[in-house]
Amino acid sequence: MSQNETPKLEKKLVDINYLLKEAPREQHFITGAQAMAEAVKRASVDMAIAYPITPQSEVMHLVGDIYAQGHIKEYYRAEEELGTMSAIAGAARAGVRLFTATSGPGLLRGLEAIVSWPGHRVPAVLGVLTRVVNAPLSIQPDNVEMAYLLHSGIVVLHAENQQDTFDMTLAAFAIADRVDVYIPVAVATEGFFVTHAKGYVDMTPEDMALTEFDPIAAPVPAMDNETPPARIQRDAPVQKSNFMSYLIHSVWQQEIWDSNKRAMKYIYEYLGGPIEVINPDAEVFVCASGCAAAQAREAQRYSTEEGLNVGLIKVKAIKPFPEEELRDIVKNAKTIIVPEHNAIGWLAKEVKAAIPNSGIVVDGPKVYGGMTLPVELIMKEVYDALGIENDLKL
Amino acid sequence: MSKKITVGPAGYMPQSAPSMGVELAPEGKALLYGNIVEEEEAMRDAARALLTNENPTIFPGPQVLWDWKDDVKEKAAAIVELASEIPNCKIIPMPDYRPKYPKIDVKAEINPNHPNLTILDNNIKAAVFVGVHCHYANLSLRMIRAGTDCYTVALCAYMGHEEAMASIRDLHAEDLRKFKEIVIEERNKMGIEWTTTPPPANPSLPKEDYTALSPADYGEYRSLIMSQKGEHVAEVE
Repeated sequence: MSQNETPKLEKKLVDINYLLKEAPREQHFITGAQAMAEAVKRASVDMAIAYPITPQSEVMHLVGDIYAQGHIKEYYRAEEELGTMSAIAGAARAGVRLFTATSGPGLLRGLEAIVSWPGHRVPAVLGVLTRVVNAPLSIQPDNVEMAYLLHSGIVVLHAENQQDTFDMTLAAFAIADRVDVYIPVAVATEGFFVTHAKGYVDMTPEDMALTEFDPIAAPVPAMDNETPPARIQRDAPVQKSNFMSYLIHSVWQQEIWDSNKRAMKYIYEYLGGPIEVINPDAEVFVCASGCAAAQAREAQRYSTEEGLNVGLIKVKAIKPFPEEELRDIVKNAKTIIVPEHNAIGWLAKEVKAAIPNSGIVVDGPKVYGGMTLPVELIMKEVYDALGIENDLKL
Repeated sequence: MSKKITVGPAGYMPQSAPSMGVELAPEGKALLYGNIVEEEEAMRDAARALLTNENPTIFPGPQVLWDWKDDVKEKAAAIVELASEIPNCKIIPMPDYRPKYPKIDVKAEINPNHPNLTILDNNIKAAVFVGVHCHYANLSLRMIRAGTDCYTVALCAYMGHEEAMASIRDLHAEDLRKFKEIVIEERNKMGIEWTTTPPPANPSLPKEDYTALSPADYGEYRSLIMSQKGEHVAEVE
């Protein structure tokens, strides 16, 4: 085999519902970075474009290995993040399935291109392996960068652990491809806490993959010179604003958010819904996403062992945000505690905006800059909410 | 039935149908005024609108204008058959999506960036979108609902369109022929006499004379004009 020749792999191509819900699974003990790369391996990805940054680097390093093994058709390293994200937009015009990943400052450097993806109808999957945003310089986990994605129109999923990372990444490709969605889907999880720690992941067989991308079943034409008419390129109105009416830009923006909203039915179909709830009749809820949901889960378990009526709401989909689901589940709640791995409390803000009685939301506990989230921090808020005296030394 | 989506004009800044709670119909169903209904019910309402509103017009898009896929030829033929059964129906194509303002020839074409120009100039009160890529169909249908009183029908090969008054999904040539039969039935019920007549020829755009172009015609973009291979451009501003 020559240097540039990749082996041809025989794979059974299956529907996403079969892949996620029915396909046989085998348990592996792997890192979050491995879980994301293993999902990419099973997603019939056409092209992946890499640019390294800690703690994401492992993901695209492993995706590079997958390319060498023949699971991906094209792979290269771009010059920096803006170039990476712009190249993803360019590649999307040819009508292919795309993947890239980044972290913290890298995400922000690529943001100008990333936020244009929904408007350009780029159905790429973006891994966001969260990290502190400078300054001061740090590579530690902190998910403040996700706040910058929440108003971009991109669908944002937040993985709690390695298993979520695998399942959500696979589902993300199927959601992004749908003709009524066709905007990018970001799968975020905490750098190091998930990317560099191992957990059990039930994975589908390596020789089974998602059906291939269909560039014809798209809401916009691919700029494919072999498919006439090649002249109907889709970016002209965006790029020549002096030749378009203002109203087209307005309805175009609306269409992005409508597409984002339409993703919700697929989040139900592929991932069982945007939230997971334990003890729906609880008086006090701990509501969290991503890695913080793992700590919230522990706090809920501690509380149950202590006989306290505490529930868990794990938010899996940040955009579209599960407003109705949340309103329904907390309608009788007294307090909602929102632990987060960032300083601004973006999840608490979303929760407050979604419910009529935002005064019941406790904006915290929040840890950031790489600090861990001890369960005791959440328990202190639980005790305070229930009026229970405690001697937690925190 | 309460109508969630109605004939416009919805106003200066239209709210999108999905943001008003309209969801796409599942397989086998259709949308009528934003409600999920049986396909036949939506087709009958659309047929009545096309038979009774002024200047009914079909707007075929690129997906049915170019013979690029196996089923297109049959679908295109079925569109002409449909138009032939609607009294005084015209066909005005949407050949591409590039903005052409202010040069659009509203008698010959429609453009998704300013669809109102064609609808208003031709006084079209009932329109059918077919073969238009979903993104552009959604934009156009919403702009038409915002600025005109035109009843819109979406005949979509994929999942349909929330913005149209009547939306049929998963459209094939046989569905177009079923729609045609419903048009004939409704026409007969109303006692409208009509002999099957193909739509009038489209007054297609005049050929542009590129030989008379000068760099000045490109305005602010003149610096972007690239010379042909081997061409020596001596005259510049």
